This record gives sequence, structure tokens and C-alpha cells, in this order.
Amino acid sequence: MMNQINAKFPSDAFRIEADQVCVDYNGTVALYDASLQLRAGVICGLVGMNGAGKSTFFKALMGFVRPSRGFIRINGLEVFTAQRAQAVAYVPQNEGIDCSFPVSVWDVVMMGRYGSMNFLRIPRESDKQAVKHALERVELLDLRSRPIGALSGGQRKRAFLARAIAQRASVLLLDEPFSGVDVRTEKLMSELFLQFRNEGRTILISTHDLSHVRDFCDLVVLINKTVLAYGETSEIFTPENLNMTFGGLSPDVLFGQTPADEFTK
Amino acid sequence: MIDLFASITVFDWFIDPLSHEFMRRALMVSALVGGVCGLLSCYMTLKGWALMGDAVSHAVMPGVVVAYALGLPFSIGAFVFGVGSVALIGFVKQKSRIKEDTVIGLVFTGFFALGLVLVSKIKSNIDLMHILFGSPLGISNSDVVHTLTISGLVVLILLLFRRDLMLYCFDATHARSIGINTGILHYMLLSVLSLAAVAGLQTVGIILVVAMLITPGATAYLLTDRFDRMNLLAILSSSISSVIGVYISYWSDIETGGSIVLVQTIIFLIAFLFAPRYGIFKSQKVMHS
Repeated sequence: MMNQINAKFPSDAFRIEADQVCVDYNGTVALYDASLQLRAGVICGLVGMNGAGKSTFFKALMGFVRPSRGFIRINGLEVFTAQRAQAVAYVPQNEGIDCSFPVSVWDVVMMGRYGSMNFLRIPRESDKQAVKHALERVELLDLRSRPIGALSGGQRKRAFLARAIAQRASVLLLDEPFSGVDVRTEKLMSELFLQFRNEGRTILISTHDLSHVRDFCDLVVLINKTVLAYGETSEIFTPENLNMTFGGLSPDVLFGQTPADEFTK
Repeated sequence: MIDLFASITVFDWFIDPLSHEFMRRALMVSALVGGVCGLLSCYMTLKGWALMGDAVSHAVMPGVVVAYALGLPFSIGAFVFGVGSVALIGFVKQKSRIKEDTVIGLVFTGFFALGLVLVSKIKSNIDLMHILFGSPLGISNSDVVHTLTISGLVVLILLLFRRDLMLYCFDATHARSIGINTGILHYMLLSVLSLAAVAGLQTVGIILVVAMLITPGATAYLLTDRFDRMNLLAILSSSISSVIGVYISYWSDIETGGSIVLVQTIIFLIAFLFAPRYGIFKSQKVMHS
């Protein structure tokens, strides 16, 4: 799989390249001058408050909104071309999914293969293998015939991650991957993200949970309508930068995610 | 009437009407249209398009009348007005501050009223009652051919694009992110809805056709967690209730459309009460296998 993802992809090229991207909705500016360049094999955290433009940035990367200025390239291609090449996978928040939809875990992961199938979407043996392999990696193979609604929040998250694995996307966009997941899922996902990085995938994680960013993001992007700061996590995570990102309020107070040990210190 | 029921066996009850040409035709068309609408109803209920189904099925009315007056096939007029009404709903919603459900209600009643006015103004042999309430017992040969064609088209589209349409209903974001054109799927589903409304018009009429486009899907949704099985159950329940509805209508001389939809509603009620996993009186220990 590693070869497939890195095939013909030079290590000095950018997986994600956004150049001075501006997005506005009917005259209201949601994002301006946002620039970002991510190489293969990095994990990058996209940090900002609600309404800071994280989801707008994701939508622009997926081609759902057209930048009024600037451009976006995925693997050096136009967004739509990259999507057709199955380069981009989006892993949604749990809230964005209709959990009572009558599909099994297997069906959901198989949806990751649709783009590679012919237009009748009849799974080939290779598609079934890819789905099985993806389910094994997220440890859900035993639950493959369960309805998606019968899974716990963490298991559901893993199912959608498996869909991205089955798709063999080189760019993964994850929306709040750690919200509402159990400890086992959290551990498994962190391990998977590191494996993805070694396989040459690029992961962009949209979150306002700073502890996870600190733990395993190589790079971090702080945004509030534009890119405020961007670089190595250790350099960017300064109190001044975070203050700027969260409008002068301490993020821990804002989001109620103060770890217990910080109280007892 | 009670004597009549008492004097015949169940077997006769089903077999006797088949000696009439018009009954054979009505049963065949009703079962077919029921099945087609049943299949589509899965997508309508899963996508949350019940109100949209109501709107489109009413909005095709002026299209049917205009097509009739111009000597064109029903379905073309229905298609134009069905899709047109949805485009108009989208336009009004975008350009004003009015909420979507209000706009839907506004547009479809407007179209429906236009249809009524056109029927009374255009001198033709359109039977208003036929359009409003359907009349499978009096369906003509040309209408049978027409309905068969539309049904075939709807089934073909739904079968060819079933995976894409399912994905579109389940997770449109993912569909778009892997390069599937969801705009086309959206309008495809709307077009199929307009066509199915015309087919359903033959059996239950415009007023009740929305029931054919919702109830079977809702019933099946209570009975299974599998999309394929849901399709099958919806088709079966819809076809069977259409056939039983026609029989009841024949034996007790009641309005056919009403009787079909009533049977469907009763089947839904049974599922609502006794569905194994999602019914009110569900068995206490149902394990996911």
C-alpha cells in the first residue's frame, strides 16, 4: 500500500498547497489570505475557535466552496482532478452522520471504494480485500455486519477511518477525530495516524482540542479567519499565539478541556 | 353485502374478479406502480424528502393538463413542472428570508391551483376526478402502455444508480469528496420522483400519490437495518397493498385509491406496533447478529 500512495510522488512536492485563499459567502468574508503548504508524510493540526474558518478551509480543500481569490492544489492537481483520483478522504464528525441509516459497517467501508469502481459500483475481489484489510487495521472486522447505528461513537469513528483507508487516499481531512471517543479508539487512532505518516500520507486534523495537537502533530496551523501562525508544533504553541487564536481567552477555559493534572499542579 | 362475503370462499374472492379484463389490467398496473413507488419511497424516506414528494406530486398537475391539451405524453409535462417546481422552491428560498417548508407549501399549492384552473379552462376530455383520485379500474390500454414505459424508466434509473443514490442519501459529503457529481444525482432523484408521481397518478391519483412515495419506505425502515432488504420489503408491501386495495375496492364498491392507501397505512401500523426491533411492542431481547 505504501508504494501505491508514494508512487510517482516526489518527496519535495506538496500534498496540500493553498496559496492566499479567500472565501466569502455572499459578501461575508469567512477566510482570507490563507496559505498553507504540506509535504507528504506530515500530521498537521488545524486549530481555531468555532467560526474561525476551520470548516470553510476544509470545504475549500474539498472543492465545496470556490475561493474568490488564490488557489488550492492537492498533489499538484486541481482539487476536482485530485478527487477523481481518490486522493482526498474526509472523515466526518459523528454528528454529521445519519446513524439510523440502514447500512452495515461493511457497506460503509465499501463506500470508500466506490470512486475506483465502474459506474454500477459492483465490488471486485480487490475491493473486498481492501475493505477487509481496512477493517482489520481499525479492529472492526468482527463487527462488519452490524448496522452502523449499533456501534458506539468510537467504533463509528473507526468505521469512517476505515473507509478512508479503503479509499487509499493520500490526503486525509479529519474533523474533530477525538471528540466523543473511548480510550481504546483514541490509542488505536493515534497509532494509525503515525502509520499513515510513515506511509507517506498527509493528515490534516481540524480540532480545538489542544492536548492531542501537542502530542502528535508535527505541524500546526492556527487560524482565525486567516492563518495566524504556521510551523513546527513546538515553535508555534506559545501562549502569545494561542491567545491570539482564541481571542485573548485561555483555550482551556473556553472549551472546558483543562486536564485534571493542571488543576493539581 | 354481508351475505355475499359469507357465501364465497377466500379462493373465489381472489379468483372471481380475474375473469374480467378490466380487473386483470387494474391488478397488474396497480402491482407494478406500487412496486415502483415502493422502491423510490426508500430513497424519499431516507433522504427526508417526504414534503418534497408531496410538493412534486402536486406540482405535476398543471404539467399533466398542458401535456394533455397539446397532445404530448403525460410524463413530459409532469417532468417539466415537477423539476420546475423544485427549481422554483430553491430560487425563492435563496432569494428571500422565507423558510424552506413555507416555500415548499407555497409553491406546490400554487402549482396545484394552476392545474385546477387549467382543467376547467382548457376544453378537453380530461376527467378531473381521474387525475385527482386515480381510476385503475377504468384504465385505458394506451394508459397501460404509458404507465409501463414510465415505470420501466424509473426502475432502470434506480437500478443503475442505486449505489450512488444510496451514498448520496447517506453521506453526500463523502460522495462529493470522491468526485461523484451530487448535483446530477439530486436532479436525477427529482426527475424520477416526478415520473413516479405520474405513474402513481394512474392508480391512486395526485392527492394520494405521496402516500405511495412515503409509506412503503417508512414501513420497511421499521423492519430492517439492511438497505437491500429495505428495498425488497418496500416493494413487496407496496405491491401487495395495491393488489389487496384493488380487490377490496372491487368487492365492496369503494374508492380504489383510498382503499389502496388505507391498506398501506394499516400495514404500516402493524409494523409500527409489532416490528421486531423498532416496533412499540418489540421483543425485549433482540441481539444484533
